[in-house]
Amino acid sequence: MRRATVICVAAAGLALANAAVVRAIDTTQMPTPELQARYEGLTHELRCVQCQDEALADSPAGVAADLRREVRDMLLAGKSDDDVRNFMLARYGDFVLFRPRFVLKNVWLWAAPEVLLVVGALVAWRVVRKRARLVSADTEPLPDDGSN
Amino acid sequence: MINRFVIPMVAFVLLAVVLAVGIKHSPEKGVIASPLIGKPAPQFSLPSLSDPTHTVSSAALRGQWYLLNVWGSWCGTCRDEHQMLLDVRRSGRVRLIGLDWRDDDSQARGYLQQLGDPYEFVAADRDGRTAIDWGVYAAPESFLVNPAGIVVYKCMGELTPDIWEKEILSRLPKAQAAGS
Amino acid sequence: MLPELGHFALILALLLAGLQAFFGIAGPMFGRERWSAAVTPAVAGQFVMVATAVGCLMASFVGNDFSVKYVAENSNTALPVFYRVAALWGAHEGSLLLWIMLLALWTVAVAALGSRLPRLFLARVLGVLGLISFGFLLFTLATSNPFLRLDPAAGDGADLNPILQDPGLAGHPPVLYTGYVGFAVAFAFACGAMLEGRMDQNWARWTRPWVTAAWSFLTCGIAMGSFWAYYELGWGGFWFWDPVECASFMPWLVGTALIHSLAVTDKRGLFKSWTLLLSVLAFSLSLLGTFLVRSGVLVSVHSFAADPSRGVFILSFLIVMIGGALSLYARRAPLLKSPAGFELGARESFLLFNNVLLVMAAGTVLAGTLAPLISGALGLGTVSVGPPFFNPTFMLAMLPLLALLSIGIHASWKRGRLGTQRRTLLYTFVAAAVLGCGLVYGIYSHGSLLTPVGATLGLWIILSSLVDPVDRLRRGLSLPRAVIGMTVAHLGLAIAVIALTTVQSFTNERDIALAPGASATVGGYQFRFDGVAPIEGPNYDGVGGTLVVTRDGAPVAVLKPQKRRYSVQHQVTTETAIHYSRGNNILVALGEDLGAGHWSVRIQIRPLVSFIWIAAVIMALGGALAISDRRYRLARTPSAVPAAAAPEHA
Repeated sequence: MRRATVICVAAAGLALANAAVVRAIDTTQMPTPELQARYEGLTHELRCVQCQDEALADSPAGVAADLRREVRDMLLAGKSDDDVRNFMLARYGDFVLFRPRFVLKNVWLWAAPEVLLVVGALVAWRVVRKRARLVSADTEPLPDDGSN
Repeated sequence: MINRFVIPMVAFVLLAVVLAVGIKHSPEKGVIASPLIGKPAPQFSLPSLSDPTHTVSSAALRGQWYLLNVWGSWCGTCRDEHQMLLDVRRSGRVRLIGLDWRDDDSQARGYLQQLGDPYEFVAADRDGRTAIDWGVYAAPESFLVNPAGIVVYKCMGELTPDIWEKEILSRLPKAQAAGS
Repeated sequence: MLPELGHFALILALLLAGLQAFFGIAGPMFGRERWSAAVTPAVAGQFVMVATAVGCLMASFVGNDFSVKYVAENSNTALPVFYRVAALWGAHEGSLLLWIMLLALWTVAVAALGSRLPRLFLARVLGVLGLISFGFLLFTLATSNPFLRLDPAAGDGADLNPILQDPGLAGHPPVLYTGYVGFAVAFAFACGAMLEGRMDQNWARWTRPWVTAAWSFLTCGIAMGSFWAYYELGWGGFWFWDPVECASFMPWLVGTALIHSLAVTDKRGLFKSWTLLLSVLAFSLSLLGTFLVRSGVLVSVHSFAADPSRGVFILSFLIVMIGGALSLYARRAPLLKSPAGFELGARESFLLFNNVLLVMAAGTVLAGTLAPLISGALGLGTVSVGPPFFNPTFMLAMLPLLALLSIGIHASWKRGRLGTQRRTLLYTFVAAAVLGCGLVYGIYSHGSLLTPVGATLGLWIILSSLVDPVDRLRRGLSLPRAVIGMTVAHLGLAIAVIALTTVQSFTNERDIALAPGASATVGGYQFRFDGVAPIEGPNYDGVGGTLVVTRDGAPVAVLKPQKRRYSVQHQVTTETAIHYSRGNNILVALGEDLGAGHWSVRIQIRPLVSFIWIAAVIMALGGALAISDRRYRLARTPSAVPAAAAPEHA
């Protein structure tokens, strides 16, 4: 893994930005706008396996250029987006996706925001109910200091 | 009932455990665990480096253990590992096959001439497609494949004597006969 | 000589920080008057020592002293002086020193401005700050000493990473860290209250300005980082949900919640234990961020050179500080109860919803950031998380938040009285919706569903925020700075929302290969590529391209993007060229030489993107205005005015 970093970075172990300073500009043109949109979507959704903090679209690494070519060829051959993703998954595993798959082992992750929302809502409901009951008994005047 | 004021502390303890485990595994961070382990090795059919008119294919490797080593003349770490590969060849414990990844043929041949050729044969993967099939993302990498054609181990990075003993020799049957 | 002096100063600083911590905490605890009184001199002493150390290191940089390992790794004789100074925080060791320096500054500020705080409480606060300083100083001296020597001295340095040789990035760490570190003050205030076992009725009033100040700095710091990414690193991208970006964003979200929770605690004495928890949480996230960036547990663009041993140290520090604070919380927080009440439609409710949603957002970001670690620890294998996870989940929390803001801002304390605001609510919403949808579909003929939603929410916030101030001015009522500040900050937020919506919906981008003389059309502008020419700078050379931009034949700009090769590190950077025209940011970047004079070029038109960062500055300005309100300079007096005369909206 360290080699991968060295290949990406001119001076390893130094300073703040530890990844490729130069991004790739991918000038691939697909024959139709629809294919172009799918190509760009996929290359941005896939992680570069060598410069691992970049999307496939942005990475200057050689293997990234190869993988972009694979994506292009697969789309031109009529494969679906899922076919492309599965191709990458079979070879590199989950690490290569920026969007975690909707599978059982990732349930906790995709459910986390909703669970937090529900828990938060319940807590808020309980607090509001409790405080609403105390309102009539609460005769303390509000502090008058022009505060908002 | 649970004292709800203890919840933050409990949550933090769990977090600390996760972080501690993370530190323990951090040297492996970014090392992509190969999804090929336990799966059939990808088939290939590529020109041989020594004689481009001749094709070498994985079909010839069936029925025996082999170690596929991905390298390139442009790769610095590959040079570091080269001596180890010569030793592997000399030991005769496993067939050593080279995959010359995205390289210039003449430069690759020159490299082997200069440092010695440990490989039984070298497949020239000029456009990198085969390497992608094997899930290669940096050089050098080495794959150990069993006689049934299943990938049993992937060495990411330099093949050191330590890895050779602990990971590869331990998986090979005792004193396998050399060569084909 | 100087480096040794600096090193020695750091050791003294460590000792003084230790004394500060000891006197500050043990003094009040054991009733030792002299110990409590000794805290302030310790604070001053520690600051002087830290400043000395920083001064020595800075002198070593400016003087090109390459016998100091850190200077040799991060500087070079050809490096311009400005960057030699900035190089001080260019890598791990120096940036830690910056952390420590800023913490010492905040501590001095608390000591100086806290003269009206009860003596023992102030001592405790300073003691806790001293404990944090002690931990960081110990970490620095033990694992990350910037004063280590090279023997023999290097002939010349390895140069500052070229990507950092940029004015924007020079300023980003100090501002960001000021914010990050500033939350330590709130943390200390919270610990002070918990150590005391009670919350003074003025506690919230004391804490608010410190939290707002830290928050303002953090807002600016994050914006600077985002702006820098836009024109330097990301080539037009400005937010990647990178682990280190997330690490700075989480304290910001919790800090925002804290500001709002403190308002309730200040006004009504409610949510006391929750505010304490948020104070601890904000700084904990700052510490967590420090851990993530320096321990090497996550893959990131920003991370400093990874070192697991550093990770262990920081984690231990985290356990001591956060674990300590949270166990204190578990014991002391249950004692804080309040009999106050409020109705469902009251301001308190809305601030509660605000907190729930912000904490939910922070939790989501935390889950996504730590997902690889959590998945690994649970044995679930690998998972990788990026914008496709963060974007939708973040919006899930934000959209309701933005809508509730426009409603809640009209709610009165305790009794809400939203019913009387029905017409205001309706008019502002309709006006915003009409204006929003009209602008969206008038200027641009397309857009996803979120485009008019974002525009409407943003405009609704603007209109709603202005209702009360305008009303007060019309009626000749006073408009306290705090209310102005709040309004300005909310307006800033609204501008950010509108800008983000516009940018996400209407960015026009093409990556294209151009031959000299060839043209491309993007977003209504024509770009003619006039080839490249060699360029040279103080410590770099390279090529500069020329692109002539016109619109309907009329000249707009001549853009000159560059590719630089820095001579020492042989690292290549790309300097984008940006032009601002009619609300659009036109960005051009050079890619690769494709042979025969052809070059790959990125052309990007982003409408209103600069307003994202302008909005951040406006938000920070709002915070600054709020802090300047005179109520923070007066001690609270018990309310003598009968409730009926008190303005209900206040």
